[in-house]
Amino acid sequence: MLGYYSLLALSSFKRSRIITALMVLAIGLGIGASMTMITVLHVMSGDPLPGHSAHLYVPVIDPHPISRVKAKDSAADGAMTWTDAMYLLRTARADRQAAMAAGTLPIQPAQASLRPFFESGHYVTADFFPMFSTPFRAGGGWNVQDDAHHARVVVLNASLNRKLFGDVASIGRSVRLKNTDFRVVGVLDDWQPQPTFYAQIDNAAFGSVDQFFVPLQTAQELNFATSGRMWCWGSGGDARKSDHCTWLQFWVELDSADKARAYQVFLADYWRDQQAHGRFPRPVNAQLYSLMDWLNNQHVVPGDLHLQLWLALGFLGVCMLNIVGLLLAKFLRRNGEISVRRALGARRRDVFLQLGIEAGMVGLAGGLLGLALAEFGLWSVRRRPDGYAHLAHMDGAMLLGTFALAVIAGLFAGLLPAWRACNITPALQLKTQ
Amino acid sequence: MSLPPVVATLSRHKLTALLLMLQVGLTCAIVCNVAFMIIDRVQQMRQSSGIAENEVALIESTDLDDNAQPLVRHAADLAALRAIAGVKSAAAVGALPFNHHDWSNGIQLTPDGTARTTASVFSGTPGEADTLGVHLIAGRDFLPDEYVPEGSARDWDGLDQVSATIVTRALAEKLFPGQDPLGKSIYPSDKPVRIVGVIDHLQRPQAHESTDNDYATLLPMLPDGNDVTYVLRSAPQDRERILKQAAQVLERLYGNRILRHAQTFEQLRIDFFHRNRTMIGLLIAAAVGLLIVTALGISGLSSFWVQQRRRSIGIRRAVGATQRDILLYFQCENFLIVSIGVLLGCLLAYALNTVLMQYYEQSRLPALYLAIGAPVLWLLGQLAVLGPALRASTVPPVVAVRAQ
Repeated sequence: MLGYYSLLALSSFKRSRIITALMVLAIGLGIGASMTMITVLHVMSGDPLPGHSAHLYVPVIDPHPISRVKAKDSAADGAMTWTDAMYLLRTARADRQAAMAAGTLPIQPAQASLRPFFESGHYVTADFFPMFSTPFRAGGGWNVQDDAHHARVVVLNASLNRKLFGDVASIGRSVRLKNTDFRVVGVLDDWQPQPTFYAQIDNAAFGSVDQFFVPLQTAQELNFATSGRMWCWGSGGDARKSDHCTWLQFWVELDSADKARAYQVFLADYWRDQQAHGRFPRPVNAQLYSLMDWLNNQHVVPGDLHLQLWLALGFLGVCMLNIVGLLLAKFLRRNGEISVRRALGARRRDVFLQLGIEAGMVGLAGGLLGLALAEFGLWSVRRRPDGYAHLAHMDGAMLLGTFALAVIAGLFAGLLPAWRACNITPALQLKTQ
Repeated sequence: MSLPPVVATLSRHKLTALLLMLQVGLTCAIVCNVAFMIIDRVQQMRQSSGIAENEVALIESTDLDDNAQPLVRHAADLAALRAIAGVKSAAAVGALPFNHHDWSNGIQLTPDGTARTTASVFSGTPGEADTLGVHLIAGRDFLPDEYVPEGSARDWDGLDQVSATIVTRALAEKLFPGQDPLGKSIYPSDKPVRIVGVIDHLQRPQAHESTDNDYATLLPMLPDGNDVTYVLRSAPQDRERILKQAAQVLERLYGNRILRHAQTFEQLRIDFFHRNRTMIGLLIAAAVGLLIVTALGISGLSSFWVQQRRRSIGIRRAVGATQRDILLYFQCENFLIVSIGVLLGCLLAYALNTVLMQYYEQSRLPALYLAIGAPVLWLLGQLAVLGPALRASTVPPVVAVRAQ
């Protein structure tokens, strides 16, 4: 029966080729546009550290004065002062904790064939590597003593290592960063979490890859330049060592929900204690964000992309309305045929099935077209000069999703017209014709 | 042409007509908002930076020597750059519109007051104003003895020593509405700085809220870090050549440095706005796509209706209706549907706009967009229905008596 209905549908398509093509095109365009954007948002909202992200948190305390001129988007960026970050690091109330800041340094290769060049990396403390389970190709991170002694050690990412040393393990060799020699203690296995969740979230959160990691205290001693936002109030002393400039990122690892609650209490206590010493004038509001909440809170996915998704869905909506209207007109025009079938004994459900299959076939064809258009859309997204561009690939789940969306859209579009058409009364139609 | 028969016919196709109205309404709502967004973004991109964009080129130099004397190095570099044929003037600067090096300070009007707003610092060597080509509309340029080093190694303490500033008109009006800002003091830090000049326009290095985009202070502070941007002004067509020569000249003068971002100002602007360009492209594609889909929908639906009503058309023709009457009938029907759709669209457009205002900092949709959107949709509807309506008008009267 299904095969017969499919044949009927095909012959019906043949009778109105242009309209059928139009419907397939409309549903294909709508689905293609929607799936492109859904896929882009899906890959961008993914977990940058699967398996570990659940235990990672960002503590947010706000030492800013009340009079601070606030930008409209007042979401705190979670940056800390040196004083506060060092206190949290020293007290070590979490299972692991690390302070960090981004920096761009000139790399001065030993070989004369390479000119000095800039590379971006991070200044971090010892727990950074075990906390984020960074994959090492050789060697490892450094320890707390190295932090305390301002050790000249560096962890390289794979691509910088390759550029400087070729494919050999460079452990123990020396790299010159801004006129200072650092000993390589570890080489990462091309670690590039997307987004770079641990950094300040900005336009470069996607696409940027840190190529070196050096101890934060060492970077401070050598006065290495940091990149990113620094917010100061008041003045006096070295801004980067002061208690009135926020610029450091801080992450903690807490293995259980109980520990997370306890840590939040600890933060609030610290806030109150600091208030007693004349700092932290704002009302106590210590926050602890889990990794995924943090990315959400910091709008790691640009608003423009959300807008593009809604635009695509709106487009799909209009296309759907279009198809419902066309199918309705098409089915109702065949009321003669339908009323004859009904008069000959076809049940409503038979008519409904027949027309439903016709609608579903339009949806299926549109879905196939949509899939092709989505691939084309993703290809064009990959050509955008944005950091997230290279992520725009369709995985298995998205592929199935596209197909499901197409068939559901097709069936959904056919539902109303088929239901209307199967309600055509046989006797009346025969009489009036 | 009287409306009642049209309405009567439509009431027999309630659902289909309703769907079409809804489609027209949604299209109208989305397209109006999209058009508004396009114009908004185009305006953002068109915003003048305040400098002579087509004559400015830049190159960033980082001295790798830790014991370098940056002020001496910059003076030597600038002298060499000015000697390049075609270079009208050159300056070392800390910030430029669109280059993201944004150093903003809260601006107070009393030493311990609250900050009225934040403003970006533009520091640079003597001649910066001329090299950038900013327009001084009141007051004067800085005097040679007003320049102090930025103090980049000492926590930027130059800000505490500087005594004069040139501000943008927007900042002056924000701080001293309706007054003459010349001679007034502002406090970017604890120390007063006197306003000696006003320029009409200078955009901040980073995007800020639209009203704050122009809050800039030019300060006579000499960049004294190892990292500096040289700005070169020349005839527009000379810039590519001059950039190449500048790199060679700087390299020859002192090799232990990294040169980056050698580009014309237009390239800087293009990079700054690339997201906007992508978005504008997508918005246009979406609007055009929607209009096409809706036009094709109207066209397709009308075709069905014409086919369905062949007999009635024949009867009408047989009892005396002219071809023109039939044509007019379908156009009238379309006009009615689109009108109701547009009406619905106006409501939807404002609903959509309200949502966008809440989540995407969009401003209120001006009625002008609807005033343009409605005729566009009417025209689109009329054009889309023209084909099927013409076909309907050629239905011969004899169809009335032919058996189906």
